[in-house]
This record gives sequence, structure tokens and C-alpha cells, in this order.
Amino acid sequence: MSEHAIIMRGVNKYYGAFHALVDIDLTVERGERIVICGPSGSGKSTLIRTINQLETIQAGTITVDGVELTAGGENVAKVRQDVGMVFQNFNLFPHMTVLENCILAPMKTRKIPRAEAEATARKFLERVRIPEQAGKYPAQLSGGQQQRVAIARALCMKPRIMLFDEPTSALDPEMVKEVLDTMIDLAREGMTMLCVTHEMDFARAVADRVIFMDKGVIVEENAPAAFFDSPRNERLQNFLGQIA
Amino acid sequence: MIRVFSSADVLFIVMAVRWTLILSAIAFAGGALGGMAIALARTSQRKALRQFAAGFIQVFQGTPLLMQLFLVYFGLAVVGLPINPLLAAAVALTLHASAYLGEIWRGSIEAVPSGQTEAATALSLGYADRMRHVILPQAMRVATAPTVGFLVQLIKGTSLASIIGFTELTRAGQIVNNATFKPFLVFGTVAILYFALCWPLSLLARRMETRMRRAITR
Repeated sequence: MSEHAIIMRGVNKYYGAFHALVDIDLTVERGERIVICGPSGSGKSTLIRTINQLETIQAGTITVDGVELTAGGENVAKVRQDVGMVFQNFNLFPHMTVLENCILAPMKTRKIPRAEAEATARKFLERVRIPEQAGKYPAQLSGGQQQRVAIARALCMKPRIMLFDEPTSALDPEMVKEVLDTMIDLAREGMTMLCVTHEMDFARAVADRVIFMDKGVIVEENAPAAFFDSPRNERLQNFLGQIA
Repeated sequence: MIRVFSSADVLFIVMAVRWTLILSAIAFAGGALGGMAIALARTSQRKALRQFAAGFIQVFQGTPLLMQLFLVYFGLAVVGLPINPLLAAAVALTLHASAYLGEIWRGSIEAVPSGQTEAATALSLGYADRMRHVILPQAMRVATAPTVGFLVQLIKGTSLASIIGFTELTRAGQIVNNATFKPFLVFGTVAILYFALCWPLSLLARRMETRMRRAITR
């Protein structure tokens, strides 16, 4: 067990000529809750997607739970087991029931027997408050319910770190709260979380640190009170003015 | 000597249907294996595999099936194997079906949204588990209708095997016609038999397509 959850050093990422991440240095402590915001195209999604190597990087190092990510190595599979991810568009497997969605990865990658995987899945479905939907298919659920299933599915792998990539952006307004409440519960239980979101109330309520990105650079990071009430950077001031 | 077109001739033609079916079944089974390999290679991360599969598809889609039959048929002799029409037809049709099914299935695999691969990858599922449990089951729903549609093409395509002397349905018709000289009657019978094989499959393909459209718009 390393003392830091995530250490990123000098991380650079290019899409062709486009410099998506510029010299990113970021250390995340265990149990820390971080909210990342910024204009679209600022690299915030790319940043969290490098942590489970959905995106590869061209320079720098990323260490997750003491394991250094090296392209294609066994380390990547190990890190992915310990890092859960929730997507904007849920990405549930549409041909599987809610329960099957939740038990697939634990059975295949953690080699957990079906009965045990199902018991774990039901426990987490209970926790995201949709135990009665276990036998349904994703298309039969509302967006908010689907996203809560996606959270439960990630939790079934017993991750140490959870990444959220704009988890409420694709939801109807009345469903945002149920997903945020689930995330707040998770934060209270001490999960290490990195959330890309524009839900500033959520950031104020649970974040230990808020990070503002622009053009691939971490422009400002601070505790929520200081971040929102006395932003130093001009671009952040403009950004906060626009979303308020 | 021209004899009359008798019930024995009809029976001879009908019995030849089994060779058309056997040849179609071999080509379809072989083509399914080959096509899956081609489709996976075509959607692989490795550039060399993708290029090989693309080249294979280009060659077999860009040349007539008849030439492929000739090349395999005479090619057997070139490599020192005895000339065997069934083997030659089976190999040529298998390669042909591999190319077409490979292309159909590549499209089906690519029709599965990339978020599915991402979610499976983020859950630490490896390539084999991802394909087997997440991508292919979804691609299959897209693929069934065009696959059955191609099977109809393949059954009709087996008629070309008559030219290298394999006695399937069309060749049986030619043999009977040479003796009876009743081409309209003989080949009419042959055509009706092809239709009887293909029409139910075409109906099935159309039904699958409708059902899938309904599933998507659900």
C-alpha cells in the first residue's frame, strides 16, 4: 500500500498535433475527493481517462496505488481492477440484465464465483437504492437509474478509486439529484474520488479540492471555499461567472 | 439419341439438391470460421493484421467467383494434389464466403458503440472477454439479417461449381438436358428448386431485419 492514491508527474498527451494535456502534476491522497471542472475541450475528461489508461500518454509517469502504469503491461490490468469508472452515457451492456452487468467483470477478472458475485451485486444495488431492478434490462430503466446501476457495477469490482466522467451531464434535470446523492453517499464512506462535473453545489458539498483546467493545463486548484469565493486566475473568474 | 424428360430425370435432379446443400453447408461453416477470423483481424489493434484482412477481402471481392473456382481447381493439380471437384469447390467457396462474411461482420462489430469497449476495458476485461461477452453478442444482432441474406447468395453461387464438373443441382440439369433436350422444362425445374431453397431464407432475413429495427427503436 502506497500512501498516495494517484501520482501524476509531467504528464503530456497529444492527439496528433493537438496538445491535450500539458505538463500535468497531480497528487491525490487516499480518501481525497477531487472535482475537476473547466470549459469543454480543456482536457479534464482526458486527464481522468489516463488514470485507467483509456488514453495513453506520450510523456510523464502515472502511479496508481503504488503501481506504475506502463503501456500494455500487466500493471494496466491490475490498476483497472482497482479503479472504477462511471461514464457520461452510462455505457451499460444493453444485452445483459442489471445483475449480469454487475457480475460480469468480478467473475471474469477477479474469478469470483457466481453466487458470491451476485450477493455482492445485490448489496451494491441496494446501496444505490434500486435492488428491485436487478432482473431488468438497461433500456427498461430511466437515465438516473441506469447511471446508478453503472455506479453499482463499478463498485462490484471493489475499487479503491472511482473516476466519474460528467456522470450527470446526459441526465434529465429531475434525475441529477438521485445520482449526486449516490455519489455523496460514496464520498461519505471515504472512497477516493475524481469527478469531472459542472455540478458546483456537489463540489462545494463534498470536494476536498477543486481543480480548474483550461487548454490542457491545471490552472488553479484549491479547497472549494477559496476556489469559488476568491478565485485568483482570470480565466477561472470568467468561467465561474458563466456557469453561476 | 434424345429421350423423353421422365420422372426418373426429375428424381435425378431433385437428388442433386443434396449436393448443393452439402456444398453450401461446407462453404457456410468454413466461411463462418474464416469470416470470424477476418472480421477480428480487420478490427484488430494491430496494423499488420488489419492490412492482411483488408487485402484478403479486396482480392476475393474484386475477382469473379468463377475465376476463384478455376484457380483453386487447377491450383490443386499444380501443387500435386489429385483433381477433385468437390474439394476445389468447397475450398473456393469457403474462401469466398470468408471474405464476404468477414466484411459483413466487421461492419457489425464496428456498429457497436465505442463506449461499450471503453466500459468493458475500464472494468479490466481483456480482449477475449470483451469480445465474447460484450461486443460480439451485440454485433450478432446487427449481423443476423445480412448473414442470412449472404447465405442465399452462397447457395446460388454453388451453381458455378457445375463448370468444374461437380454434379450439384445445375450440373444435374445440364446432364439431363443433354439427354432430353428440353432446356426450358429442365432448367425451369432446376430454377424452381433453387427458389424453394432460397425463398424461405429470404423471408427469414426480412423478418429478422424488421424485428431488429423494432428492437433498436424500442
